Amino acid sequence: MSEQKIDGFELKPGFKGMASDTGSDQTMFKGVHWGKAMMWIFLLSDTFVFSCFLISYMKGRGSTIVDWPNTSEVFSLHVGGVPVPLLLIAIMTFVLITSSGTMALAVKYGYEKNRKMCGWLILATAVGGLTFVGMQVFEWSKLIHEGVRPWGNPFGAAQFGSFFFMITGFHGFHVSIGVIFLFIYTYKVFAGHYESKKRGWFTKMKGDYVEIEILGLYWHFVDLVWVFIFAFFYLW
Amino acid sequence: MSDEYDNNKSYQAQSSEVLDGSAGSINPDMDYVRPAEIPEQDLYHAHSFIEKWIFCQDAKVIGVQYFLTAVFTGIVGLILSWLMRLQLGFPELAGFMTAEHYYQFVTMHGMIMVVYFLTALFLGGFGNYLIPLMVGARDMVFPYVNMLSFWMFFVAVAVLMASFFVPGGPTGAGWTLYPPQTILEGTPGSGTGILLMLISLSLFVIGFTMGGLNYMITILQARTRGMTLMRMPLTVWGIFTATVLAMLAFPALLVSAIMMTLDKVLQTSFFMPTILKAGEVLEYGGGSPILFQHLFWFFGHPEVYIVALPAFGIVSDLISVHARKNIFGYRMMVWAIVGIGGLSFFVWAHHMYVSGMNPWFGFFFATTTLIIAVPTAMKVYNWILTLWRGNIRINTVMLWCLGFIVTFVNGGITGIFLGNVSVDVPLSDTYFVVAHFHMVMGIAPLMVIMGAVYHWFPLVAGKMLSETLGKWHFWITFLGAYSIYFPMHYLGFIGVPRRYFEMYDSPYMTSTVGMNEFISVAAFIVGAAQFILVFNIIKTLKTGKKAEQNPWKANSLEWYTSTVPPEHGNFGERLPVVHRWPYDFSVPGAKDDFIPQTTAPSEVANTEVEKT
Repeated sequence: MSEQKIDGFELKPGFKGMASDTGSDQTMFKGVHWGKAMMWIFLLSDTFVFSCFLISYMKGRGSTIVDWPNTSEVFSLHVGGVPVPLLLIAIMTFVLITSSGTMALAVKYGYEKNRKMCGWLILATAVGGLTFVGMQVFEWSKLIHEGVRPWGNPFGAAQFGSFFFMITGFHGFHVSIGVIFLFIYTYKVFAGHYESKKRGWFTKMKGDYVEIEILGLYWHFVDLVWVFIFAFFYLW
Repeated sequence: MSDEYDNNKSYQAQSSEVLDGSAGSINPDMDYVRPAEIPEQDLYHAHSFIEKWIFCQDAKVIGVQYFLTAVFTGIVGLILSWLMRLQLGFPELAGFMTAEHYYQFVTMHGMIMVVYFLTALFLGGFGNYLIPLMVGARDMVFPYVNMLSFWMFFVAVAVLMASFFVPGGPTGAGWTLYPPQTILEGTPGSGTGILLMLISLSLFVIGFTMGGLNYMITILQARTRGMTLMRMPLTVWGIFTATVLAMLAFPALLVSAIMMTLDKVLQTSFFMPTILKAGEVLEYGGGSPILFQHLFWFFGHPEVYIVALPAFGIVSDLISVHARKNIFGYRMMVWAIVGIGGLSFFVWAHHMYVSGMNPWFGFFFATTTLIIAVPTAMKVYNWILTLWRGNIRINTVMLWCLGFIVTFVNGGITGIFLGNVSVDVPLSDTYFVVAHFHMVMGIAPLMVIMGAVYHWFPLVAGKMLSETLGKWHFWITFLGAYSIYFPMHYLGFIGVPRRYFEMYDSPYMTSTVGMNEFISVAAFIVGAAQFILVFNIIKTLKTGKKAEQNPWKANSLEWYTSTVPPEHGNFGERLPVVHRWPYDFSVPGAKDDFIPQTTAPSEVANTEVEKT
């Protein structure tokens, strides 16, 4: 293992080296921005939130006395009179994962100080997120139209609606918060706040392109959570 | 792990300048400290009264705000306990109290004391005040979020207190809020009361998350030069590990609160089984009440250690300073804190032995529960070995620490009883359990809080609290607390169930009257004795004698600020540079019996100081 340098701090090789770097003074994660470390730890905590939701869902689905609705029928879209299972959800997933790609590119261009590209890509990410939320609204209204309610539905166990609306709602809430921040950051990037070191509205702190990466971490997380929700609700 | 600084000799520390301005002899080889890795923190200074004292971004002010709000809720909790003891000891005087009132007081007392008092006080209060000072930071890393954290907590407390004034009153379901009865008609406060409780808990979790991220990142990424992990005071270690636990345990509380809110508001059946009420089937059906218990205790058990670990850390520092001796087995203490924190996630179902779960499950959790006694016992031995042959100063702070050790051992031993399934089942839901958890996570952490208040008050306010009043406060509280909880163990053994409004015509009614009266009188006295501290603080602020800088001759950084009390930014022009752990007391050959963390090795070259 070769020696590596982060911000002038020399990392030592091997397990002992790792232990001594971790326990060394000032910082545990060398060269990691405070906000970035904060986002990682917040995401760990948020992972526990979603895990609790999904484990409760597994427990709830496993112990209902009434049969669970047939999800490939309930979630199917009718195209020209033919039910196509997973159609809407495939589009939603595609849009969300694409928006993760544009987010990653935005981070890259941000660090390259390519303000224009960065701004457009964040805007594209925000539009992708908004499209996702819009399709979720469509799916919810379709299900509500068919009689699915949090307290019951015509297809089977009442817990289906309860868990579905709660968990996709909680995830949609995360996406919406992300979209709001994406629009704010679009403005900040296009207005050049990171170049002029303009202080934030609330925090009065100077910004930096690292903020784009921090928001990106959140966005990828929300995306990853969707993959699990997709698997547990639509494929199970 | 701090002795291999072969490379980068270009930069050398000038620690003696930081300490007191006197020019010590600097030996570049001995005094080497790594160059600064983190830039100077950009601080937003307050411009108005509101920014300075209300929406303040200074962690020290936020700490005091947290402290005062938590103490206010604690006093409400104390008054509720008085009312309960009035009913249990002297029911003829408590004619105004119905059974519903009693359940509501039990519930609110429990929730307030565990979450809104102890957790907020240790992490929000002591955490905010001490973390930046002890690790040598100018402030928390995200001051604005820190300010939001307090105000979120404040709103949570306001919502909780509002539930006393809504129709039906606060929830009376017991602090564990077990469904289905929590949200069913017939339980006190099953309308608005329980909703406000759930909303308040959710707000608390959100607010705490904001604070907790601050505490963790400040400790991990914003320490001063030379402050390695193994040079941090144990207070910081305790608060840090408790924060990690909270960040991972509170999600379960948040999720269970959200799900129960939906059960209540939208008639979902997450936790609600099919229920027959007066011959009629309710709308609910198909849910699992046990699921709630698992979620709740996945939060609830780490919560015990969220309260206990900061107490462990703080008491270690207090004992070391006031016994003038280094803490025995520092690294063992650190790993014990971390180990207890890790294990605390694998013991939750020992609260559920009588819930009807699989006996093998209980067997597993009994084993993990007993394993957690090992690191805990190590800590107790280490505290005693720190005292052993120490230069013990029997002042108020030390009395509280000694009181803590005794009380904690007492509560810990009854915990070993209750950790075993076969012993727990007959003792479940008796006063033995009440005595156990009050001893181990009520009185014991409270003693540490009191000790910490007497210890750090000179730093916060610049004045010394009265020792005479402090000793009165201690002895009444200590003897009184034992008068309350020792008899309760006995009540539990003869089978008196907890949470009962009265004993009706049971044999307990007659045989326990005298004992209940005794406990109640003791509870009134102990509760009243706490106002000695309030009086002491007010009197000291008005007429107390001015504290010198570092009155206890401690080593940790919070006593070496540029001014006392410290101002915004904590350390003046330059951040301190750390060369040692904070426990160099009574070092053979040293001029004084303490060597501050900022003292460079070359300044104490002829002493037998340990390399840390």
